Amino acid sequence: MTPDLAREIMDLTLEHLVLVGVSMGIAVAVAIPAGILLTRRAPLQRWVLGFANVMQTVPSLALFGVLIPLPFIGGIGKHTAIIALVLYALLPVLRNTLTGILGVDPAVRESAIAMGMTGRQLLFEVELPLAARTILAGVRVATVTTIGTATIAAAIGGGGLGVFIFRGLASVDTTLLLAGAVPAALMALLADGGLGWVERKLSRA
Amino acid sequence: MTPLVSFQNVSYRVGGKDILRELNLDIESGETLVLLGRSGSGKTTALKMVNALLRPSAGEVVVEGTPTASWDPIRLRRRIGYVIQEAGLFPHFTVEGNVGLVPRLEEWPPEKIQARVQALLEQVGLPAEQFAARYPRELSGGQRQRVGVARALAADPPLLLFDEPFGALDPVTRVELQRQFLELRRRLGKTAIFVTHDVREALLVATRIALLHNGRLAVLATPAEFLRAQGEEARAFLACLDSQAEPA
Repeated sequence: MTPDLAREIMDLTLEHLVLVGVSMGIAVAVAIPAGILLTRRAPLQRWVLGFANVMQTVPSLALFGVLIPLPFIGGIGKHTAIIALVLYALLPVLRNTLTGILGVDPAVRESAIAMGMTGRQLLFEVELPLAARTILAGVRVATVTTIGTATIAAAIGGGGLGVFIFRGLASVDTTLLLAGAVPAALMALLADGGLGWVERKLSRA
Repeated sequence: MTPLVSFQNVSYRVGGKDILRELNLDIESGETLVLLGRSGSGKTTALKMVNALLRPSAGEVVVEGTPTASWDPIRLRRRIGYVIQEAGLFPHFTVEGNVGLVPRLEEWPPEKIQARVQALLEQVGLPAEQFAARYPRELSGGQRQRVGVARALAADPPLLLFDEPFGALDPVTRVELQRQFLELRRRLGKTAIFVTHDVREALLVATRIALLHNGRLAVLATPAEFLRAQGEEARAFLACLDSQAEPA
């Protein structure tokens, strides 16, 4: 491996991490509050979950492509890639937030209300702590998926490890393909292991 | 003297079905009123109206002279202890966290909460040094129920609601907890509304028994009077006493 390649791997890995980090940050910031809101608005659940479901079924390359011509959010580059990645990551986090909170034992919820907890206290002291593990499992699935999907971001100029993969595909160069695929796979494994570890910590508490 | 709790023409309908029909019932300070009835008789529904978990479709439930609809539900509930089957303890809180919850919500100083929790755990027969730091899953069913009772007593509420609290326990533990209930009542003099479908339990703990049948008040009597009660539903319950089988 030439020093140049090693350096480029470092740079693109970092870029990949930023793509994933920013996308996951936004997805979590949107999906957890949205999930909480949905537990209070049962009629909306079908619509919002339906939207998130549809987003997941759109092939990733197509979604990136579809976003390009859109005004404001579209175009070539990182922000379009991030929007697409966020759309993908929403569903697992949203769905797990909803299942986690709705899965709290009704007797426990009733006790909390009967003991005079306010809506806020019920949420922060009972529902969220008890749902934390399920929510985190959703974040973990979404993160691992996003690390993989983010390689496609290179197709619309989003950068990241996908740059190697597309370059390797174009020039039929296995070294380049591996230079993209191996760090991405390692990143996914690390994220999975790390978040899994936090999940187990939480389940013991 | 005004009753502590008063049901005034209370009805409850849900999905076109009458769960309670024009219930009139006064609960005086210091008594233990047992709501006895079969599944679906409306007894739990009536209980949940007292702490505004449910609202009457018609009529009103008056607590300490004020209709529940006019109470701030949070304030009302913090003045009423609530014990349910399987205790409904918070699985992510220790025993201490569970028992000290209402005092903490009421923003008592931490030392006062700790002292209160210790005293309560002693009262229900669970030494604090041994049990305070445990989680509910590390307790037996009977111990969980004791914690549930301690939690309900925490902020010293004048009124306690029990919804089949001992229903899921084995017969031996149930009898132990019934004794403890009587002992605590003798010592603390609290008012209690106690829901059960077990006529033996009703006769044991009640100062008065209200028998509900299909959402209506069928009998209202002291345990001694209840034993002589006529009426089909009362006889059906009293027949359980003669059978050798353990009441379900």
